[in-house]
Amino acid sequence: MTNILEVKGLSAYYGPIRALFDIDFTIATGGVTALLGANGAGKTTTLRALCNMIRRTGTSVMAGQDISRKATEDIVRMGVAHVPEGRGTFAGLTVEENLRLAFHTRRDHAAARRDLELVFDYFPRLKERLKQQAGTLSGGEQQMLAISRALMLAPRLMLLDEPSFGLAPLVVQEIFRILRRINEHEKVSMLIVEQNAALALELADHVYLLETGRVVTSGPSSMVQNDETLRKAYLGY
Amino acid sequence: MEFLLQQIASGLTSGAIYACVALGLVMIYVSTDHINFAQGEMAMFATYIAWALIQAGIPYWIAFGLTILIAFTGGLLIQRFILKPLEHAPVLALVVCFIALLSIFNAIAGMLWSYTVKQFPSPFPIGDPTGHGLISYHQIGVVAVTAIMLGVLTIFFRFTTLGLAMRAAAQNPASARLMGVRVSWMLALGWGLAAAIGSVAGMMVAPIVFLDPNMMTGILIYGFAGALVGGIGNPGGAVVGGFVVGVLENLVGTYLIGNELKLTFALIIVVGVLILKPAGLFGRVNVKRV
Repeated sequence: MTNILEVKGLSAYYGPIRALFDIDFTIATGGVTALLGANGAGKTTTLRALCNMIRRTGTSVMAGQDISRKATEDIVRMGVAHVPEGRGTFAGLTVEENLRLAFHTRRDHAAARRDLELVFDYFPRLKERLKQQAGTLSGGEQQMLAISRALMLAPRLMLLDEPSFGLAPLVVQEIFRILRRINEHEKVSMLIVEQNAALALELADHVYLLETGRVVTSGPSSMVQNDETLRKAYLGY
Repeated sequence: MEFLLQQIASGLTSGAIYACVALGLVMIYVSTDHINFAQGEMAMFATYIAWALIQAGIPYWIAFGLTILIAFTGGLLIQRFILKPLEHAPVLALVVCFIALLSIFNAIAGMLWSYTVKQFPSPFPIGDPTGHGLISYHQIGVVAVTAIMLGVLTIFFRFTTLGLAMRAAAQNPASARLMGVRVSWMLALGWGLAAAIGSVAGMMVAPIVFLDPNMMTGILIYGFAGALVGGIGNPGGAVVGGFVVGVLENLVGTYLIGNELKLTFALIIVVGVLILKPAGLFGRVNVKRV
Protein backbone atom coordinates (compact mmCIF):
# COMPACT_ATOMS: atom_id res chain seq x y z
CA MET A 1 0.00 0.00 0.00
CA THR A 2 1.41 3.38 -0.98
CA ASN A 3 1.25 6.54 1.02
CA ILE A 4 -0.19 9.79 -0.27
CA LEU A 5 1.57 11.77 2.43
CA GLU A 6 4.77 11.08 4.34
CA VAL A 7 5.76 13.44 7.11
CA LYS A 8 9.11 13.36 8.87
CA GLY A 9 10.38 15.41 11.81
CA LEU A 10 7.56 17.95 11.66
CA SER A 11 7.92 20.74 14.21
CA ALA A 12 5.81 23.88 14.38
CA TYR A 13 6.02 27.18 16.21
CA TYR A 14 3.69 29.96 17.30
CA GLY A 15 6.13 32.83 17.62
CA PRO A 16 8.80 31.60 20.02
CA ILE A 17 6.62 28.79 21.36
CA ARG A 18 7.16 25.34 19.98
CA ALA A 19 3.93 23.44 19.52
CA LEU A 20 5.03 20.27 17.68
CA PHE A 21 8.10 18.18 18.42
CA ASP A 22 9.51 16.17 15.50
CA ILE A 23 6.43 14.18 14.70
CA ASP A 24 6.45 11.50 11.99
CA PHE A 25 3.38 10.06 10.33
CA THR A 26 2.07 8.73 7.04
CA ILE A 27 -1.33 8.68 5.37
CA ALA A 28 -2.21 5.70 3.21
CA THR A 29 -3.51 6.45 -0.28
CA GLY A 30 -7.28 6.17 -0.23
CA GLY A 31 -7.37 5.74 3.53
CA VAL A 32 -8.71 7.80 6.41
CA THR A 33 -6.27 8.63 9.16
CA ALA A 34 -7.36 10.24 12.41
CA LEU A 35 -5.31 12.49 14.66
CA LEU A 36 -6.66 12.27 18.18
CA GLY A 37 -5.70 13.78 21.49
CA ALA A 38 -6.76 16.22 24.17
CA ASN A 39 -7.11 19.98 23.79
CA GLY A 40 -3.75 21.54 23.04
CA ALA A 41 -2.16 18.27 21.90
CA GLY A 42 -1.26 19.86 18.56
CA LYS A 43 -3.90 18.39 16.25
CA THR A 44 -4.99 21.63 14.57
CA THR A 45 -1.36 22.77 14.59
CA THR A 46 -0.38 19.69 12.60
CA LEU A 47 -2.93 20.47 9.90
CA ARG A 48 -1.89 24.12 9.78
CA ALA A 49 1.78 23.14 9.60
CA LEU A 50 1.12 20.77 6.70
CA CYS A 51 -0.33 23.69 4.72
CA ASN A 52 2.47 26.04 5.78
CA MET A 53 0.06 28.38 7.51
CA ILE A 54 2.49 28.66 10.44
CA ARG A 55 6.25 28.49 10.85
CA ARG A 56 7.44 24.91 10.66
CA THR A 57 10.41 22.66 10.02
CA GLY A 58 10.67 19.05 8.84
CA THR A 59 9.67 17.49 5.55
CA SER A 60 6.31 16.56 4.10
CA VAL A 61 6.14 14.67 0.83
CA MET A 62 2.88 14.30 -1.04
CA ALA A 63 2.68 11.64 -3.74
CA GLY A 64 6.42 11.86 -4.29
CA GLN A 65 6.58 15.67 -4.33
CA ASP A 66 8.20 17.64 -1.55
CA ILE A 67 5.68 20.20 -0.31
CA SER A 68 7.61 21.28 2.80
CA ARG A 69 8.49 24.72 1.50
CA LYS A 70 5.62 25.53 -0.82
CA ALA A 71 3.19 28.38 -0.24
CA THR A 72 -0.23 27.49 1.16
CA GLU A 73 -2.01 28.27 -2.11
CA ASP A 74 0.41 26.08 -4.09
CA ILE A 75 -0.07 23.16 -1.71
CA VAL A 76 -3.81 23.59 -2.21
CA ARG A 77 -3.36 23.69 -5.99
CA MET A 78 -1.44 20.41 -5.78
CA GLY A 79 -4.50 18.69 -4.38
CA VAL A 80 -4.54 19.21 -0.62
CA ALA A 81 -7.90 20.61 0.49
CA HIS A 82 -7.99 21.90 4.05
CA VAL A 83 -11.39 22.25 5.74
CA PRO A 84 -10.31 24.62 8.49
CA GLU A 85 -11.24 24.97 12.12
CA GLY A 86 -14.24 27.30 12.29
CA ARG A 87 -15.24 26.36 8.71
CA GLY A 88 -13.68 29.40 7.00
CA THR A 89 -16.98 30.52 5.48
CA PHE A 90 -16.92 33.62 3.25
CA ALA A 91 -19.85 35.07 5.15
CA GLY A 92 -20.48 38.00 2.80
CA LEU A 93 -20.51 35.88 -0.35
CA THR A 94 -23.43 33.77 -1.47
CA VAL A 95 -23.31 29.99 -1.24
CA GLU A 96 -22.87 29.85 -5.00
CA GLU A 97 -19.95 32.30 -4.89
CA ASN A 98 -18.31 30.29 -2.11
CA LEU A 99 -18.35 27.29 -4.42
CA ARG A 100 -17.59 29.15 -7.65
CA LEU A 101 -14.32 30.36 -6.11
CA ALA A 102 -12.79 27.05 -7.18
CA PHE A 103 -13.21 28.13 -10.80
CA HIS A 104 -10.55 30.78 -10.16
CA THR A 105 -8.06 28.18 -8.97
CA ARG A 106 -8.80 25.41 -11.43
CA ARG A 107 -7.99 25.34 -15.14
CA ASP A 108 -10.34 22.46 -16.04
CA HIS A 109 -13.65 24.30 -15.92
CA ALA A 110 -15.63 21.49 -17.53
CA ALA A 111 -14.53 19.11 -14.77
CA ALA A 112 -15.23 21.79 -12.16
CA ARG A 113 -18.79 22.09 -13.46
CA ARG A 114 -19.18 18.32 -13.04
CA ASP A 115 -17.81 18.61 -9.50
CA LEU A 116 -20.42 21.25 -8.76
CA GLU A 117 -23.13 18.74 -9.68
CA LEU A 118 -21.34 16.18 -7.52
CA VAL A 119 -21.42 18.58 -4.57
CA PHE A 120 -25.18 19.02 -5.02
CA ASP A 121 -25.58 15.23 -5.03
CA TYR A 122 -23.84 15.00 -1.68
CA PHE A 123 -25.39 18.13 -0.19
CA PRO A 124 -28.77 18.79 -1.86
CA ARG A 125 -29.54 21.34 0.83
CA LEU A 126 -26.87 23.68 -0.51
CA LYS A 127 -28.53 23.71 -3.91
CA GLU A 128 -31.67 25.14 -2.29
CA ARG A 129 -29.61 27.89 -0.68
CA LEU A 130 -27.45 28.94 -3.66
CA LYS A 131 -28.36 32.64 -3.65
CA GLN A 132 -28.30 32.98 0.14
CA GLN A 133 -25.48 34.79 1.97
CA ALA A 134 -23.26 32.06 3.39
CA GLY A 135 -23.10 33.84 6.76
CA THR A 136 -26.82 33.23 7.26
CA LEU A 137 -26.51 29.42 6.97
CA SER A 138 -26.83 27.23 10.05
CA GLY A 139 -23.69 25.75 11.57
CA GLY A 140 -24.32 22.37 9.97
CA GLU A 141 -24.91 23.93 6.56
CA GLN A 142 -21.73 26.00 6.87
CA GLN A 143 -19.80 22.81 7.64
CA MET A 144 -21.36 21.20 4.57
CA LEU A 145 -20.36 24.26 2.56
CA ALA A 146 -16.79 24.03 3.87
CA ILE A 147 -16.54 20.38 2.83
CA SER A 148 -18.12 21.26 -0.53
CA ARG A 149 -15.60 24.05 -1.14
CA ALA A 150 -12.86 21.51 -0.49
CA LEU A 151 -14.52 19.02 -2.87
CA MET A 152 -14.68 21.67 -5.56
CA LEU A 153 -10.87 21.70 -5.58
CA ALA A 154 -10.89 18.07 -6.76
CA PRO A 155 -8.50 17.12 -3.97
CA ARG A 156 -6.41 14.01 -3.57
CA LEU A 157 -6.08 14.59 0.15
CA MET A 158 -8.56 16.27 2.46
CA LEU A 159 -7.55 17.70 5.82
CA LEU A 160 -10.58 17.95 8.08
CA ASP A 161 -10.35 20.01 11.25
CA GLU A 162 -13.09 18.98 13.70
CA PRO A 163 -16.01 18.67 11.32
CA SER A 164 -18.26 17.88 14.30
CA PHE A 165 -17.50 21.10 16.15
CA GLY A 166 -20.56 22.80 17.64
CA LEU A 167 -23.08 20.70 15.71
CA ALA A 168 -26.11 18.70 16.84
CA PRO A 169 -25.50 14.92 17.05
CA LEU A 170 -27.86 14.13 14.18
CA VAL A 171 -26.14 16.62 11.88
CA VAL A 172 -22.75 15.23 12.88
CA GLN A 173 -23.86 11.72 11.96
CA GLU A 174 -25.11 12.92 8.59
CA ILE A 175 -21.84 14.70 7.85
CA PHE A 176 -19.73 11.69 8.81
CA ARG A 177 -21.87 9.43 6.64
CA ILE A 178 -21.25 11.74 3.71
CA LEU A 179 -17.52 11.90 4.46
CA ARG A 180 -17.38 8.12 4.29
CA ARG A 181 -19.13 8.16 0.91
CA ILE A 182 -16.76 10.84 -0.38
CA ASN A 183 -13.79 8.75 0.74
CA GLU A 184 -15.12 5.64 -0.96
CA HIS A 185 -16.54 7.09 -4.18
CA GLU A 186 -14.18 9.97 -4.93
CA LYS A 187 -11.06 8.13 -3.72
CA VAL A 188 -10.10 11.10 -1.59
CA SER A 189 -7.63 10.26 1.17
CA MET A 190 -8.41 11.98 4.46
CA LEU A 191 -6.64 13.20 7.55
CA ILE A 192 -9.20 14.02 10.21
CA VAL A 193 -8.75 15.82 13.52
CA GLU A 194 -11.47 15.25 16.09
CA GLN A 195 -12.39 15.79 19.71
CA ASN A 196 -15.13 13.25 19.27
CA ALA A 197 -12.79 10.25 19.29
CA ALA A 198 -15.40 7.50 19.09
CA LEU A 199 -16.86 9.00 15.93
CA ALA A 200 -13.47 9.55 14.29
CA LEU A 201 -12.37 5.98 15.09
CA GLU A 202 -15.41 4.65 13.26
CA LEU A 203 -14.52 6.58 10.11
CA ALA A 204 -10.76 6.16 10.24
CA ASP A 205 -8.75 3.05 9.48
CA HIS A 206 -5.57 4.33 11.08
CA VAL A 207 -5.00 6.54 14.08
CA TYR A 208 -2.27 8.64 15.66
CA LEU A 209 -2.53 9.71 19.30
CA LEU A 210 -0.98 13.08 20.10
CA GLU A 211 -0.02 14.48 23.47
CA THR A 212 1.58 17.92 23.95
CA GLY A 213 2.95 18.00 20.44
CA ARG A 214 4.33 14.46 20.27
CA VAL A 215 3.01 11.21 18.83
CA VAL A 216 2.33 8.88 21.74
CA THR A 217 1.19 5.86 19.83
CA SER A 218 -0.28 4.86 16.50
CA GLY A 219 -1.93 1.88 14.89
CA PRO A 220 -5.10 0.60 13.26
CA SER A 221 -8.30 2.10 14.64
CA SER A 222 -9.39 -1.26 16.01
CA MET A 223 -6.29 -1.37 18.19
CA VAL A 224 -7.30 1.81 19.99
CA GLN A 225 -10.98 0.86 20.02
CA ASN A 226 -10.13 -2.41 21.79
CA ASP A 227 -7.55 -1.05 24.22
CA GLU A 228 -9.44 0.28 27.20
CA THR A 229 -6.38 1.63 29.03
CA LEU A 230 -5.35 3.65 25.97
CA ARG A 231 -8.87 4.97 25.46
CA LYS A 232 -9.29 5.97 29.11
CA ALA A 233 -5.87 7.59 29.30
CA TYR A 234 -5.97 9.65 26.12
CA LEU A 235 -9.48 9.81 24.79
CA GLY A 236 -11.52 9.94 27.99
CA TYR A 237 -14.07 7.24 27.29
CA MET B 1 -34.63 77.80 -9.63
CA GLU B 2 -32.37 77.72 -12.67
CA PHE B 3 -29.45 78.75 -10.47
CA LEU B 4 -30.23 75.97 -7.99
CA LEU B 5 -30.32 73.36 -10.76
CA GLN B 6 -27.03 74.72 -12.05
CA GLN B 7 -25.49 74.28 -8.62
CA ILE B 8 -26.81 70.73 -8.35
CA ALA B 9 -25.44 69.89 -11.80
CA SER B 10 -22.00 71.17 -10.93
CA GLY B 11 -22.28 69.36 -7.57
CA LEU B 12 -22.92 66.11 -9.41
CA THR B 13 -19.84 66.70 -11.53
CA SER B 14 -17.55 67.15 -8.55
CA GLY B 15 -19.48 64.32 -6.90
CA ALA B 16 -18.46 62.01 -9.73
CA ILE B 17 -14.81 62.90 -9.11
CA TYR B 18 -15.17 62.41 -5.34
CA ALA B 19 -16.91 59.09 -5.99
CA CYS B 20 -13.87 57.89 -7.97
CA VAL B 21 -11.46 58.97 -5.25
CA ALA B 22 -13.66 57.44 -2.56
CA LEU B 23 -13.86 54.21 -4.52
CA GLY B 24 -10.07 54.09 -4.82
CA LEU B 25 -9.76 54.53 -1.05
CA VAL B 26 -12.36 51.86 -0.33
CA MET B 27 -10.75 49.35 -2.72
CA ILE B 28 -7.59 49.40 -0.65
CA TYR B 29 -9.40 49.73 2.67
CA VAL B 30 -11.55 46.62 2.27
CA SER B 31 -8.58 44.37 1.62
CA THR B 32 -6.02 45.84 4.02
CA ASP B 33 -7.88 48.06 6.54
CA HIS B 34 -5.62 50.96 5.56
CA ILE B 35 -6.39 54.40 4.20
CA ASN B 36 -4.02 55.20 1.35
CA PHE B 37 -3.21 58.86 1.93
CA ALA B 38 -1.25 58.89 -1.32
CA GLN B 39 -4.35 58.08 -3.40
CA GLY B 40 -4.75 61.73 -4.45
CA GLU B 41 -1.09 62.29 -5.33
CA MET B 42 -1.00 59.05 -7.33
CA ALA B 43 -3.95 60.37 -9.34
CA MET B 44 -2.21 63.74 -9.81
CA PHE B 45 0.97 62.03 -11.01
CA ALA B 46 -0.99 59.92 -13.48
CA THR B 47 -2.67 63.08 -14.79
CA TYR B 48 0.76 64.61 -15.45
CA ILE B 49 1.69 61.49 -17.40
CA ALA B 50 -1.48 61.95 -19.46
CA TRP B 51 -0.54 65.61 -20.00
CA ALA B 52 2.97 64.64 -21.13
CA LEU B 53 1.54 62.05 -23.53
CA ILE B 54 -0.87 64.59 -25.01
CA GLN B 55 1.96 67.14 -25.31
CA ALA B 56 3.91 64.50 -27.23
CA GLY B 57 1.14 64.54 -29.81
CA ILE B 58 -0.77 61.42 -28.84
CA PRO B 59 -4.55 61.76 -29.39
CA TYR B 60 -6.58 62.34 -26.23
CA TRP B 61 -8.41 59.02 -25.91
CA ILE B 62 -5.30 56.97 -26.65
CA ALA B 63 -3.40 58.96 -24.03
CA PHE B 64 -6.38 58.40 -21.69
CA GLY B 65 -6.19 54.62 -22.14
CA LEU B 66 -2.41 54.54 -21.88
CA THR B 67 -2.53 56.56 -18.67
CA ILE B 68 -5.00 54.15 -17.09
CA LEU B 69 -2.70 51.28 -18.03
CA ILE B 70 0.39 53.04 -16.68
CA ALA B 71 -1.41 53.97 -13.44
CA PHE B 72 -2.59 50.38 -13.02
CA THR B 73 0.94 49.05 -13.47
CA GLY B 74 2.32 51.71 -11.12
CA GLY B 75 -0.18 50.84 -8.38
CA LEU B 76 0.61 47.15 -8.79
CA LEU B 77 4.36 47.78 -8.55
CA ILE B 78 3.95 49.99 -5.46
CA GLN B 79 2.16 47.14 -3.69
CA ARG B 80 4.72 44.53 -4.83
CA PHE B 81 7.88 46.45 -4.01
CA ILE B 82 6.97 48.87 -1.24
CA LEU B 83 3.98 47.52 0.68
CA LYS B 84 4.48 43.79 0.43
CA PRO B 85 7.77 43.91 2.37
CA LEU B 86 5.81 45.82 5.06
CA GLU B 87 3.10 43.13 5.28
CA HIS B 88 3.68 42.48 8.95
CA ALA B 89 4.69 46.01 9.91
CA PRO B 90 2.64 47.91 12.52
CA VAL B 91 -0.06 50.28 11.26
CA LEU B 92 1.93 53.42 12.08
CA ALA B 93 4.79 52.29 9.86
CA LEU B 94 2.32 52.00 7.00
CA VAL B 95 0.82 55.41 7.69
CA VAL B 96 4.32 56.87 7.51
CA CYS B 97 4.88 54.96 4.29
CA PHE B 98 1.67 56.37 2.73
CA ILE B 99 2.63 59.91 3.75
CA ALA B 100 6.09 59.35 2.30
CA LEU B 101 4.55 58.21 -0.99
CA LEU B 102 2.37 61.31 -0.95
CA SER B 103 5.27 63.72 -0.61
CA ILE B 104 7.51 61.76 -2.96
CA PHE B 105 4.93 61.87 -5.77
CA ASN B 106 4.31 65.54 -5.09
CA ALA B 107 8.01 66.39 -5.16
CA ILE B 108 8.78 64.34 -8.27
CA ALA B 109 5.88 65.92 -10.13
CA GLY B 110 7.15 69.36 -9.12
CA MET B 111 10.67 68.47 -10.16
CA LEU B 112 9.72 67.02 -13.53
CA TRP B 113 6.98 69.40 -14.56
CA SER B 114 7.44 72.43 -12.22
CA TYR B 115 4.84 73.87 -9.87
CA THR B 116 3.35 76.29 -12.38
CA VAL B 117 -0.30 75.66 -13.12
CA LYS B 118 -0.99 74.04 -16.49
CA GLN B 119 -4.08 73.76 -18.63
CA PHE B 120 -5.37 70.24 -19.19
CA PRO B 121 -7.57 69.55 -22.21
CA SER B 122 -11.10 68.21 -22.00
CA PRO B 123 -12.10 65.63 -24.60
CA PHE B 124 -15.62 67.06 -24.67
CA PRO B 125 -16.79 70.03 -26.73
CA ILE B 126 -16.96 73.51 -25.18
CA GLY B 127 -20.35 74.97 -24.38
CA ASP B 128 -23.57 73.53 -23.07
CA PRO B 129 -26.35 71.60 -24.73
CA THR B 130 -29.16 73.48 -22.94
CA GLY B 131 -28.05 76.83 -24.35
CA HIS B 132 -28.40 78.77 -21.09
CA GLY B 133 -25.48 77.61 -18.95
CA LEU B 134 -27.27 74.90 -17.00
CA ILE B 135 -24.67 72.20 -17.54
CA SER B 136 -21.62 71.95 -19.80
CA TYR B 137 -20.62 69.14 -22.10
CA HIS B 138 -17.59 68.51 -19.92
CA GLN B 139 -19.77 68.10 -16.83
CA ILE B 140 -22.00 65.61 -18.61
CA GLY B 141 -18.89 63.85 -19.92
CA VAL B 142 -17.38 63.52 -16.44
CA VAL B 143 -20.54 61.93 -15.06
CA ALA B 144 -20.80 59.62 -18.09
CA VAL B 145 -17.17 58.49 -17.89
CA THR B 146 -17.58 57.79 -14.17
CA ALA B 147 -20.79 55.88 -14.77
CA ILE B 148 -19.14 53.73 -17.45
CA MET B 149 -16.17 53.01 -15.21
CA LEU B 150 -18.43 52.04 -12.30
CA GLY B 151 -20.43 49.78 -14.58
CA VAL B 152 -17.31 48.01 -15.81
CA LEU B 153 -16.05 47.57 -12.25
CA THR B 154 -19.39 46.22 -11.08
CA ILE B 155 -19.42 43.66 -13.88
CA PHE B 156 -15.82 42.72 -13.09
CA PHE B 157 -16.46 42.14 -9.39
CA ARG B 158 -19.84 40.45 -9.72
CA PHE B 159 -19.44 38.29 -12.77
CA THR B 160 -15.80 37.29 -13.21
CA THR B 161 -14.01 34.66 -11.14
CA LEU B 162 -11.02 36.97 -10.77
CA GLY B 163 -13.28 39.63 -9.24
CA LEU B 164 -14.79 36.97 -7.01
CA ALA B 165 -11.32 35.86 -5.90
CA MET B 166 -10.44 39.47 -5.06
CA ARG B 167 -13.57 39.82 -2.94
CA ALA B 168 -12.87 36.51 -1.19
CA ALA B 169 -9.27 37.53 -0.49
CA ALA B 170 -10.46 40.81 1.04
CA GLN B 171 -13.08 39.13 3.22
CA ASN B 172 -11.18 36.19 4.58
CA PRO B 173 -7.55 35.98 3.46
CA ALA B 174 -6.73 32.76 5.35
CA SER B 175 -9.71 30.94 3.91
CA ALA B 176 -9.01 32.35 0.43
CA ARG B 177 -5.50 30.89 0.53
CA LEU B 178 -7.04 27.52 1.38
CA MET B 179 -9.07 27.84 -1.82
CA GLY B 180 -5.84 28.34 -3.76
CA VAL B 181 -6.25 32.12 -4.19
CA ARG B 182 -2.94 34.01 -4.35
CA VAL B 183 -4.00 36.61 -1.80
CA SER B 184 -0.90 38.75 -2.08
CA TRP B 185 -1.44 39.17 -5.83
CA MET B 186 -5.08 40.03 -5.23
CA LEU B 187 -3.90 42.90 -3.01
CA ALA B 188 -1.56 44.04 -5.77
CA LEU B 189 -4.43 43.95 -8.28
CA GLY B 190 -6.49 46.00 -5.82
CA TRP B 191 -3.75 48.62 -5.71
CA GLY B 192 -3.54 48.61 -9.49
CA LEU B 193 -7.29 49.12 -9.83
CA ALA B 194 -7.34 51.86 -7.18
CA ALA B 195 -4.57 53.70 -9.00
CA ALA B 196 -6.37 53.28 -12.34
CA ILE B 197 -9.63 54.64 -10.91
CA GLY B 198 -7.69 57.55 -9.40
CA SER B 199 -6.09 58.36 -12.75
CA VAL B 200 -9.53 58.65 -14.35
CA ALA B 201 -10.61 61.03 -11.56
CA GLY B 202 -7.45 63.10 -12.10
CA MET B 203 -7.91 63.39 -15.87
CA MET B 204 -11.57 64.31 -15.46
CA VAL B 205 -11.00 66.98 -12.82
CA ALA B 206 -7.86 68.56 -14.27
CA PRO B 207 -9.70 70.60 -16.97
CA ILE B 208 -11.78 72.16 -14.16
CA VAL B 209 -9.21 72.81 -11.41
CA PHE B 210 -6.14 72.99 -13.75
CA LEU B 211 -3.10 70.79 -13.43
CA ASP B 212 -0.60 71.39 -10.66
CA PRO B 213 1.12 69.10 -8.13
CA ASN B 214 -1.31 70.06 -5.37
CA MET B 215 -4.52 69.76 -7.35
CA MET B 216 -5.73 66.60 -5.59
CA THR B 217 -5.09 67.62 -1.97
CA GLY B 218 -8.55 69.07 -1.34
CA ILE B 219 -10.22 66.50 -3.56
CA LEU B 220 -8.76 63.67 -1.47
CA ILE B 221 -10.41 65.12 1.61
CA TYR B 222 -13.76 65.38 -0.18
CA GLY B 223 -13.30 61.83 -1.44
CA PHE B 224 -12.50 60.64 2.07
CA ALA B 225 -15.63 62.39 3.34
CA GLY B 226 -17.60 60.64 0.59
CA ALA B 227 -16.18 57.25 1.53
CA LEU B 228 -17.06 57.85 5.18
CA VAL B 229 -20.60 59.03 4.41
CA GLY B 230 -21.22 55.88 2.36
CA GLY B 231 -19.64 53.68 5.00
CA ILE B 232 -15.98 53.03 4.42
CA GLY B 233 -15.70 49.41 3.39
CA ASN B 234 -18.68 49.55 1.05
CA PRO B 235 -17.80 50.32 -2.61
CA GLY B 236 -21.38 51.12 -3.64
CA GLY B 237 -21.75 53.32 -0.59
CA ALA B 238 -18.55 55.17 -1.42
CA VAL B 239 -19.92 56.11 -4.83
CA VAL B 240 -23.24 57.34 -3.42
CA GLY B 241 -21.35 59.13 -0.64
CA GLY B 242 -19.13 60.85 -3.19
CA PHE B 243 -22.12 62.24 -5.06
CA VAL B 244 -23.85 63.28 -1.81
CA VAL B 245 -20.76 65.18 -0.68
CA GLY B 246 -20.35 66.80 -4.11
CA VAL B 247 -23.90 68.16 -4.20
CA LEU B 248 -24.01 69.16 -0.52
CA GLU B 249 -20.67 70.92 -0.76
CA ASN B 250 -21.87 73.01 -3.67
CA LEU B 251 -25.22 73.93 -2.15
CA VAL B 252 -23.81 74.67 1.29
CA GLY B 253 -20.98 76.67 -0.28
CA THR B 254 -23.30 78.71 -2.47
CA TYR B 255 -26.16 79.36 -0.09
CA LEU B 256 -24.75 79.12 3.44
CA ILE B 257 -21.06 79.49 4.09
CA GLY B 258 -19.42 80.75 0.92
CA ASN B 259 -16.83 79.07 -1.26
CA GLU B 260 -13.85 79.75 1.01
CA LEU B 261 -15.17 77.48 3.74
CA LYS B 262 -16.16 74.56 1.50
CA LEU B 263 -13.19 72.42 2.51
CA THR B 264 -14.00 73.06 6.15
CA PHE B 265 -17.45 71.71 5.41
CA ALA B 266 -15.86 68.46 4.14
CA LEU B 267 -13.91 68.15 7.36
CA ILE B 268 -17.08 68.80 9.37
CA ILE B 269 -18.69 65.91 7.48
CA VAL B 270 -15.70 63.69 8.31
CA VAL B 271 -15.84 64.50 12.02
CA GLY B 272 -19.64 64.46 12.10
CA VAL B 273 -19.90 61.00 10.52
CA LEU B 274 -17.22 59.61 12.81
CA ILE B 275 -19.02 60.90 15.90
CA LEU B 276 -22.65 60.32 14.97
CA LYS B 277 -22.67 57.36 12.62
CA PRO B 278 -19.23 55.77 12.28
CA ALA B 279 -20.60 53.04 10.02
CA GLY B 280 -21.85 55.60 7.49
CA LEU B 281 -25.06 55.24 5.50
CA PHE B 282 -24.47 51.76 4.13
CA GLY B 283 -21.63 50.35 6.23
CA ARG B 284 -21.78 47.75 8.91
CA VAL B 285 -20.47 48.40 12.40
CA ASN B 286 -17.28 46.50 13.00
CA VAL B 287 -17.61 44.65 16.26
CA LYS B 288 -14.36 43.26 17.54
CA ARG B 289 -14.12 40.64 20.23
CA VAL B 290 -11.35 41.36 22.66
